[in-house]
Amino acid sequence: MAKFNKKKDGDLPAVSTASLPDIVFMLLFFFMTVTVMKDSSLMVQNTLPNASEVKKLEKKDRVLYIYVGKPTREYQKVFGTEPKIQLNDKFANVSEVGDFILQERAKKAQELQNVLTTALKVDKDANMGLISDIKQELRKVNALKVNYTTYEGDAFRNLQ
Amino acid sequence: MPRRGGPPEVNAGSMADIAFLLLIFFLVTTTIETDAGLDRMLPPMEPPDTDVVIKQKNIFTVNINKNGQLLVEEELLDLKQLRARAIAFLDNGGDGSCNYCKGKKDDSSSDNPTKAIISLKNDRETSYGTYITVQNELVGAYNDLRNREGQRLYGRNFTEMESEFLNPETPSGIRDDLKEKVKKIQELFPQKLSEAETSTSN
Repeated sequence: MAKFNKKKDGDLPAVSTASLPDIVFMLLFFFMTVTVMKDSSLMVQNTLPNASEVKKLEKKDRVLYIYVGKPTREYQKVFGTEPKIQLNDKFANVSEVGDFILQERAKKAQELQNVLTTALKVDKDANMGLISDIKQELRKVNALKVNYTTYEGDAFRNLQ
Repeated sequence: MPRRGGPPEVNAGSMADIAFLLLIFFLVTTTIETDAGLDRMLPPMEPPDTDVVIKQKNIFTVNINKNGQLLVEEELLDLKQLRARAIAFLDNGGDGSCNYCKGKKDDSSSDNPTKAIISLKNDRETSYGTYITVQNELVGAYNDLRNREGQRLYGRNFTEMESEFLNPETPSGIRDDLKEKVKKIQELFPQKLSEAETSTSN
């Protein structure tokens, strides 16, 4: 009988973890490929409004971003609570928007310069006055394609 | 003396730890952004040379005041009804030249969808949220009508065809085919949404 009992003396065999690195590497590569490093940190409050008829912004290299909103709490002491424009990493006046667009446009490749979209990321509590001024500036530099960036959702939630 | 069993194996046990460390770094820094929003074209700065005369009945005026109330065609309107009113205006087909319109053919409303213009005017004090809601409803009115035509002509929704056309991953053969269809429908209901300069509140 001893012949048959031989295998029972050990405990449960350990689960092989040899494939763990493979799994982790797979995940790692996934996140490495989808990662987009943040290029500018937000200095304004940016709760976007909701809209249901949205179109996706394809091709990130063709988009310029303009942020508008109240300065966040740490900047409120210096800049007050009125909505401000943020271009790249600093606050700007309306008059600087045109120059910003021209500068950014010059940085892009030649063939992209005519197909750029300006994405307006505006806090939903901002006033239209400021937006209208920005739109005027954009018209002056012939950046006519704009995208009002929104969250996807029911548009009537904006009114509350 | 020959070595037995070849060179010693490198211990790869800590490989997982290193990979985990990298993984966590990328996990933390990742922002999977899918930006979406309402696409609009601003009017060019130079006005066209010739003054175009537009009949008053072909213009659908929408005014937003600083409290977010709507004045549509000189009367107060609830935001929820805006889409239906805009559709009724665009789809009217007053002069009978539009054979795909299903509207009332009212003489006092727009002649043809290609002539109908929506004019939007807002106050400087209007909140951006309200403005986006109004824009959304007006774009929605166009999309509803275009979807209807898309279903009638090609059995598919216009918005679905358009997003497939704009998606860079769609094969170019399908894209070319969709381009024609999208263009055709856009011509049936061209988006003529004009925005006046803002008024100052007084």
